[in-house]
Amino acid sequence: MIEIEGITKRYEETTVVDDVSMVIEPRTLCVIVGTSGSGKTTLLRMINRLVEPTAGVIRLDGNDNRSLPGYELRRSIGYAIQGHGLFPHRTVAQNIATVPVLLGWDKARIKARVDELMTLYQLDPDAYGPRYPHELSGGQQQRVGVARALAAEPNVLLMDEPFGALDPIIRNKAQEDLLAIQKRFGTTIILVTHDMEEAVHMGDKIAVMDAGKLVQYAKPAEILAKPASAFVETLVGASEKPFRLLSLGRVRDAVEKGTAEGEAIPGDASQRDALAELLWSGRPALPVKGEDGKPLGRVTVDGLVKRAARPA
Amino acid sequence: MKAWLPSLLRLLLVVLLVAFVTNPGWFEPLLKPLTENGAPAIYNQGSLLTLTLLHLRTVLIATVAATLVAVALAILVTRPAGAEFLPLSRSLVNIGQTFPPVAVLALAVPAVGFGEKPTLIALFLYGLLPIFENALTGLTTLPANVIEAARGAGMTGWQRLTKVELPLSAPIILGGIRLSVVISLATATIGSTVAAKTLGEVIIAGLLSNNLAFVLQGGLIVAALAVLIYDGLSAIERYTARRMGRETE
Ligand SMILES: Nc1ncnc2c1ncn2[C@@H]1O[C@H](COP(=O)(O)OP(=O)(O)OP(=O)(O)O)[C@@H](O)[C@H]1O
Ligand SMILES: [Mg+2]
Repeated sequence: MIEIEGITKRYEETTVVDDVSMVIEPRTLCVIVGTSGSGKTTLLRMINRLVEPTAGVIRLDGNDNRSLPGYELRRSIGYAIQGHGLFPHRTVAQNIATVPVLLGWDKARIKARVDELMTLYQLDPDAYGPRYPHELSGGQQQRVGVARALAAEPNVLLMDEPFGALDPIIRNKAQEDLLAIQKRFGTTIILVTHDMEEAVHMGDKIAVMDAGKLVQYAKPAEILAKPASAFVETLVGASEKPFRLLSLGRVRDAVEKGTAEGEAIPGDASQRDALAELLWSGRPALPVKGEDGKPLGRVTVDGLVKRAARPA
Repeated sequence: MKAWLPSLLRLLLVVLLVAFVTNPGWFEPLLKPLTENGAPAIYNQGSLLTLTLLHLRTVLIATVAATLVAVALAILVTRPAGAEFLPLSRSLVNIGQTFPPVAVLALAVPAVGFGEKPTLIALFLYGLLPIFENALTGLTTLPANVIEAARGAGMTGWQRLTKVELPLSAPIILGGIRLSVVISLATATIGSTVAAKTLGEVIIAGLLSNNLAFVLQGGLIVAALAVLIYDGLSAIERYTARRMGRETE
């Protein structure tokens, strides 16, 4: 659990982060969104004390984050820096091994972990491990940056726009992988992004920042349904709202009785994908199948459209 | 130009240099025309090989000492605690450079006597500035997000310095050392005026006895050493820089 209490950061006269308080539950993923310069990175960096706050307290599992020396604290927290920040004079494998080496893991354990992460991020350890960062594409560099942050299996992971340089297909894969890792290890993740789609898809909760202030902190559905201010409304994108709302729900939760013609859609696809498929194929209804392939019923255009409406 | 041509030339130069300092007699016919009244064409008041090695030793000692002090100084003034000494250390090192080497020798002799010591002092002071300046440039122009990543990973100040900052600025520091070595190789010849055993002896002997052959052979050996060492250090520099994906020159 991360408790942020009355955190303020001032540089000279300018207040960059202004009295922010929020609680991030353990094993959840919190997304911070906001315009450029709104203080997202600064807030993130106060958690691992790369930036010392002017006022306020941050507690990790109840302990003030100032109770350890800064470097020890930071070894226990994964940090994927904005723009990857790989060490140019170290190979990919050495980059990923950074924190485990600092923690004094033995060689075999480090190698096993590095290989595991590289395989997970689809970089062949034998081919890419000995390469230097400048010999990778931007997207590969970014994945190495994320792998480096994950290397020591931290309980808390701070990620600053980790997927910015990835193409849509790899980004999707990277997002799914991160969610899988989070489920498996119960990691608490704070992720900064500019991409509202990513925020709604990944976040258990979304924190919206504007000019250093936390303007709303709530579940994605609530942010979409009840934006706290005109600013949040604009950020969410008024015309996108119904689709984002649908993207939160699974098809199995919108199943109606009955049957329909054509190829069945899996129950754990998003309702938004189902609606897209219906509109594209011009059909009024689609059959739905469960994980075992058995028919569950059908989804209809009418049913989905009702779900896309503003919740009461 | 063919890619192997520079390497071939270098190799040739090495072979010539080694042959000359070990068997100068072979080259007598070449130098003979430069002498008058039957004066010797090859330096005969000592072994060229010994003088070359002593010359190199003097330069090596001075450069190592200058590197240690200059890099330590640059590290010190780029830490938050030492930042206020930055202007002071810059002017100190600059003063070392504005002193003519002859003046340093003249001042050092009464203090430490004749011989290698005053030469070492002059070379040391002369070598400081280029290394210090380059080390300072290297340590202050590191990519900010790489340093932040090092902090974020939980490296201590010392670990950041030794694992990230110094390796990343190594090519630039090497550039300073290269400059300093070449200056020292030339300056060391002056050391012979205060009885240091360097190749300057050959040149001075030539000047005193009006023997052009001596002047030329002393000068050529120093020049060949300078070219080869400059070349070798440039190659190391390029290698370290290329590994980091930095383009050189
Ligand atoms: N060390 C510093 N000194 C002075 N001002 C700073 C410093 N670091 C950040 N700022 C200012 O604080 C504000 C917030 O910066 P921050 O990096 O937190 O923004 P951000 O929300 O992460 O923006 P982006 O989305 O562009 O990354 C900016 O106006 C920035 O100029
Ligand atoms: Mg930022």
